[in-house]
Amino acid sequence: MIKHLRSAADLDAATATLILDTAAEMAALSGREVKKLPALRGRTVVNLFYEDSTRTRISFEAAAKRLSADVINFSAKGSSVSKGESLKDTALTLQAMGADAVVIRHSASGAPHRLANWVEGSVVNAGDGTHEHPTQALLDAYTMRSRLGRLDGLKVAIVGDVLHSRVARSNVLLLTTLGAQVTVVGPPTLIPLEVGAALSDKTQVSYDLDAVLPESDVVMMLRVQTERMQDSYFPSAREYSRRYGLDVPRLKRLPEHAIVMHPGPMNRGMEIAPEVADSPRSTIVEQVANGVSVRMAVLYLLLGGK
Amino acid sequence: MAQPRADAPSKIILAGSDLSRVVDRIAHQILEKTSGATGTVLLGIPTRGVPLAHRLAARIHAFEGVEVPVGSLDITLYRDDLRLQATRALGKTELPAGGIEGLRVILVDDVLFSGRSVRAALDALKDLGRPSSVQLAVLVDRGHRQLPIRADYVGKNIPTAHSESVKVALTEVDGADEVRLIGGLQ
Repeated sequence: MIKHLRSAADLDAATATLILDTAAEMAALSGREVKKLPALRGRTVVNLFYEDSTRTRISFEAAAKRLSADVINFSAKGSSVSKGESLKDTALTLQAMGADAVVIRHSASGAPHRLANWVEGSVVNAGDGTHEHPTQALLDAYTMRSRLGRLDGLKVAIVGDVLHSRVARSNVLLLTTLGAQVTVVGPPTLIPLEVGAALSDKTQVSYDLDAVLPESDVVMMLRVQTERMQDSYFPSAREYSRRYGLDVPRLKRLPEHAIVMHPGPMNRGMEIAPEVADSPRSTIVEQVANGVSVRMAVLYLLLGGK
Repeated sequence: MAQPRADAPSKIILAGSDLSRVVDRIAHQILEKTSGATGTVLLGIPTRGVPLAHRLAARIHAFEGVEVPVGSLDITLYRDDLRLQATRALGKTELPAGGIEGLRVILVDDVLFSGRSVRAALDALKDLGRPSSVQLAVLVDRGHRQLPIRADYVGKNIPTAHSESVKVALTEVDGADEVRLIGGLQ
């Protein structure tokens, strides 16, 4: 088993499948009276969050607690970081406190890779800048597999702000490893040529959402990250929504069995219409529940053994 | 625990037909000791405890027409040596539809050795509900207990040395029925 989960590229097909299978066993726990397993008793998991997050932090916290680990939550606000402490000094402090795993979210791409050199425990990337978010990709893959029964050969469209999306990057890496065919869709300003070329040679690029929809088993809508957009990538929110938003007429163009995903938080009415987000084909709430199972699997497989 | 080498000498303790006779006997003993196996649930411990539990249920049904619910109980996350070995993949935990609350649970495993698996199973069971009582059925008891645990139903007692190992093969998992003692013989 690997020691760190810094990138979806750390996972080969066998390891990724092991994580998804383990997550399926972990999911059975939510139906039980005692939602607790003793696997990580006495281990300490630190949630080191330099960026705001609701679902990811809570999801990791719930996952660690269900495995009986001790959880320390650290958010940059109200800590010594606001007094100017560096990531390295914070890491050494955590190391001295005996953290067995550090779950890190940071606005700088590559922060988890640096951190892994400074601490002895496992490092789990919970989102770094515009780089990666591997556990989100794992929970997305888990959701696809449980809804559609397979990943191999599945046609997945990832739509929207591909340039800034760590969710897109991790998903492209993981899904191609697991045999799915990924098409990224968005305005050319948000999928520059070099990004399209760099993603993977197995990944296709399209600028026409309506052409891709009838072919897709899964449509994953990305959030338009207005906080990361210093430049204007499209003329107006309304124009973006008309060309790349998933509304009811577009939903009807999808095959019968196809599902709609969104990593959250959503801009309702922008990239996804409220009627679509709340339709039975949307897996958005399911994705959150699956997130806990997948993160339990990751923490168990990284920390459970020798 | 030192494992005998793969090419170590071995001998067959139970061949196919002996093994099914042993399973028949355990099924009869369960019927006798539980007055007809009412209010009883069989929980197999993966991997080989699960097909054994299904076989016992099938034999009990054949003898007395009683349907005994069967499930599986994975103990991986409750093992006390979890941290001493590389990470293990998880097995399935599946309780029968009626659950285990207030019922007699019979744990089924292939080999009883140190007793640590059974202790882990008891801990796992505690998180799933509160059975009225718990019993243990094993195909082979090879001795060398490290905990105060004993089986209620034993297929065969095999005296062994520490350096030996007992390997149970079942058709459902391994393609053939056989119990083999490996190593230690000169």
